[in-house]
Amino acid sequence: MATALKLKELSKKEDRLTSGHRLCAGCAAPIIVRQILTAIDEPVVVANATGCLEVSTTIYPYTAWNVPWIHTAFETAASTISGVEAMYRSLVRQGKIEDTGIKFVAFGGDGGTYDIGIQALSGMMERGHKALYVCYNNEAYMNTGIQRSGATPLGAWTTTSPVGSVVPGKPRHRKDMTAIAVAHDIPYAAQASPHNWRDLMKKVRKAVAADGATFINVLSDCNRGWRHETDQTLEVTRLAVETCYWPLYEVENGQWKLTYRPKEKLPIEEFLKPQGRFRHLFAEQNKHIIKELQAQVDRKWRELLERCGEEE
Amino acid sequence: MSRFEAMDGNTATAEAMRQINPDVVAAYPITPQTNVVQVFSQFVADGEVDTEFVRVESEHSAMAACIGASTAGGRVMTATSSNGLAFMWEMVYIAASNRSPIVMAVANRALSGPINIHCDHSDSMGARDAGWVQLFGENPQEAYDNAIQAVRIAEHDDVLLPVMSMYDGFITSHGLERVQIEEDEAVRDFIGPFKAHEPLLDVDHPVTYGPLDFYDFFMEHKRQQVEGMKQAHRVIPEVAADFEKRFGRRYGFFEEYRLDGAELALVVLSSTAGTAKSVVDDLRSQGLKVGLLKPRVFRPFPSEELADALRDKAVIGVMDRSDSFGALGGPLFMELAAACKTHDVPAKMVDYVFGLGGRDTTPDQIETVFQDMAAIAETGEVKQLVTYLGVRE
Repeated sequence: MATALKLKELSKKEDRLTSGHRLCAGCAAPIIVRQILTAIDEPVVVANATGCLEVSTTIYPYTAWNVPWIHTAFETAASTISGVEAMYRSLVRQGKIEDTGIKFVAFGGDGGTYDIGIQALSGMMERGHKALYVCYNNEAYMNTGIQRSGATPLGAWTTTSPVGSVVPGKPRHRKDMTAIAVAHDIPYAAQASPHNWRDLMKKVRKAVAADGATFINVLSDCNRGWRHETDQTLEVTRLAVETCYWPLYEVENGQWKLTYRPKEKLPIEEFLKPQGRFRHLFAEQNKHIIKELQAQVDRKWRELLERCGEEE
Repeated sequence: MSRFEAMDGNTATAEAMRQINPDVVAAYPITPQTNVVQVFSQFVADGEVDTEFVRVESEHSAMAACIGASTAGGRVMTATSSNGLAFMWEMVYIAASNRSPIVMAVANRALSGPINIHCDHSDSMGARDAGWVQLFGENPQEAYDNAIQAVRIAEHDDVLLPVMSMYDGFITSHGLERVQIEEDEAVRDFIGPFKAHEPLLDVDHPVTYGPLDFYDFFMEHKRQQVEGMKQAHRVIPEVAADFEKRFGRRYGFFEEYRLDGAELALVVLSSTAGTAKSVVDDLRSQGLKVGLLKPRVFRPFPSEELADALRDKAVIGVMDRSDSFGALGGPLFMELAAACKTHDVPAKMVDYVFGLGGRDTTPDQIETVFQDMAAIAETGEVKQLVTYLGVRE
């Protein structure tokens, strides 16, 4: 029997990522990792891309990981877990080790996933390795000091898309990585947010039960890069969902399904306002960027509703 | 009983891989290595191996998957050439520092650019400081024998380092020769079963692989890597001795060909050594005191042994099939010059860069090299330290 998705039951489980790591106060990444690894009852082996999560949890000779864990490079979480999973399949098939139902999980930030690691991830998904790839998406290269990535939204300030007298932040929209994963015809892909932990954990369970490569894109608040107080982590991700900036949905064997629909779709300003990275957008001369952001959110939301067979 | 077959270097390598029967192979096809991957794919398709073959989307992912698979706890092999090796560069270093005993065949090919599919050694020479044991083979037989010995060297408890087994692209990779293939059981008995060291798949004993390693420990870990390489220097001859005992073919750090009594010693890697041997025979028949030394092990570089073998020579001529732009000479020359200086070898030394991008190297050219060396012996003067053979200048 799987552990019930109730806090009382889940809190009895042993931590797979322990305390004592050096991630920042208010960072969403360890919250997400603990929710994911707690959702999985089976033994787990983890691969990690270079990034905040990797550097902050494994400073030699210490480690915060209570499960087997491997890091090789920035762009290689998917290719490394491919090798690990292939070896497991090989040894089990040959009878050299017992099949203990190990689940394979790779964690990469948006840099390691949307950008430098997209080729390796595409390969892993196309080959159908039985592994879950999780993008903890904080929408910029936070580990190296807040540089823009393919996940950075239009208009956002980063250190490589700074707000200047001529250019007001990032000039282009982010790419839709979840849709790119879905296009690989994998058995399961989803978007999730740590503020809705039960939704995320359910998705993880579906993903690791699927026969093939799976992908979950989790919005991962970074108060250092998003510029807000450390106690606003879950509130800001909640607003991302309530504004439909980050819709919660899943695609199971080609079937699109909304897993949460806001009662009232809030305007994008509600998500932008608490974050210093968008502060300049509220200046008179930049307000057209907010309109563009709203138009993009609206268009993507309509597309999603249609794919999910939902009424507007 | 062993059998004799006409095989090219790629097929012989794939045959060695079939006999080794790795738990995982992750590889990406590239000219001139391609046939290794193709032939091995057929072995997989026909159920002749137990291997899980990961057909990755790039060489970078090939090496990353190999590291993951090796760390998981099993035997892993791959193969590449040229730009493929360059593309996996980052991971090649990580494989060594992770102490993953991966065996990789490299059909040597010139690195781009300009793009060129033919042989030189710029690919594996570029990786000479990556922390891999490097073996160079002259022909398909040596490609086969080195691939098998590489497994034993890599997986030795005191070594635990990845090994590259090189052979010349097209010349050896596609050149048919008579190859003695040993029995499957004899090969498997020689390599023995894979022994996993703290495998990642042991979920009851979780291990963290590839942590962040700062200045307080990094240097100790690098020092341990050096130690593995030092141990390889001891293990390589031990493995060769056992190989000779079982299969009768003799391997060392290098092969000496009519080097006894030679005053002029030519040093050259891989297939060109075959051509040079016939030149040595011709010149010897004319009464010239010439000989050949063909290095097999480039990493760990057997400095002392090489110095001892060349100690009494008047002139050492090195032929380099790659260059090190802006350096004193080609990589083989520089290594050997350093070894000779360090071990007080008095010989004059001279370098010849040849065969880049598959440029043909004829017996006549090798003969001019010996003539040059004879002039140096006579005058005691090296007029030109590095000469580019057969180039239009």
